[in-house]
Amino acid sequence: MSQFILHKENTRGHANHGWLDAHHSFSFANYYNPERMHFGVLRVLNDDSIDGGMGFGSHPHDNMEIITIPLAGAIAHKDSMGNSAVIKNGEIQVMSAGTGVSHSEFNANADEQLNLLQIWLFPNKKNVTPRYDQQTLDVAARHNNFQQILSPNAEDAGVWIHQDAWFSLGKFDEGFETEYKIKKAGNGVYAFVINGEVTINGQVLSKRDGLGVWDTDSISFKANTADAEVLLMDVPMELN
Amino acid sequence: MQTIILYIGRDTEITAVMNRLLNARPEWKGLCVCKNEEAISICKEQHIDLVLLGNGIDQESEAELKNKLLALRPGLKIIQHYGGGSGLLYGEVMSAL
Repeated sequence: MSQFILHKENTRGHANHGWLDAHHSFSFANYYNPERMHFGVLRVLNDDSIDGGMGFGSHPHDNMEIITIPLAGAIAHKDSMGNSAVIKNGEIQVMSAGTGVSHSEFNANADEQLNLLQIWLFPNKKNVTPRYDQQTLDVAARHNNFQQILSPNAEDAGVWIHQDAWFSLGKFDEGFETEYKIKKAGNGVYAFVINGEVTINGQVLSKRDGLGVWDTDSISFKANTADAEVLLMDVPMELN
Repeated sequence: MQTIILYIGRDTEITAVMNRLLNARPEWKGLCVCKNEEAISICKEQHIDLVLLGNGIDQESEAELKNKLLALRPGLKIIQHYGGGSGLLYGEVMSAL
């Protein structure tokens, strides 16, 4: 029998720093909710809006798989591995922090708001060599389809990370129905609604709601509105 | 009363950041070192409420460190710190205590 947990948009942690308006699906920084610590190895899901030209100065990370998905605008990234890049909507960035890496992240545009999802997963191996990658995604391929954008395999579609996790993005027409099969036994799926309204396993979800489902091998999906957009995070439920 | 937190990590930059973060909260006192020997020495000298294991500590070194710290302070809470900064720190400490 499948189990689920529903996180409505307005129950997320919220921190407005002026230049940064952040919503946290799980405990992060000063937002602490013992009921919202993680979903399997998914530890952080931050929905950040950053004012033009503003951002995070150089700061370190270690032992975490960090995935950034810009939803609107562009982010300027620089890190201690020598990478300097701009990542915009339609692209995905991944950083395996491993033994330690420093980076800065700024809104690349002075006159445009940046909205991004930043997602942290516990790695399946500690102290790996830090690495960075980014990819441009074929946005058309996610029309009425869950397009794989991340996996554990370097040769597979999307970016890869040090974890048995698969991410998929889809954008759907109203009324479109499908089923998503979980990639690995023991994994669960955390669905995050980027836009529109959808129904997953009978649960109606609105914009920025999250639903975690586990103890199952698939989930049912229906788009209730036009341009419904959903991120699926298929992750191990057991911490390594 | 302050909660005394001992952090051990091999990266000097991250260790400095952790020192700043842990000591920024008046309710916490952070002691941050890079070497096992320094951590053991501190543990011999004073009470510790929580140990955070940071980056770069290999499996063998971690096992040895845990054994020595627990021999000095049976029941001492030792947890892994992930992320190397402020994002997860507060939640980790609150959950452990």
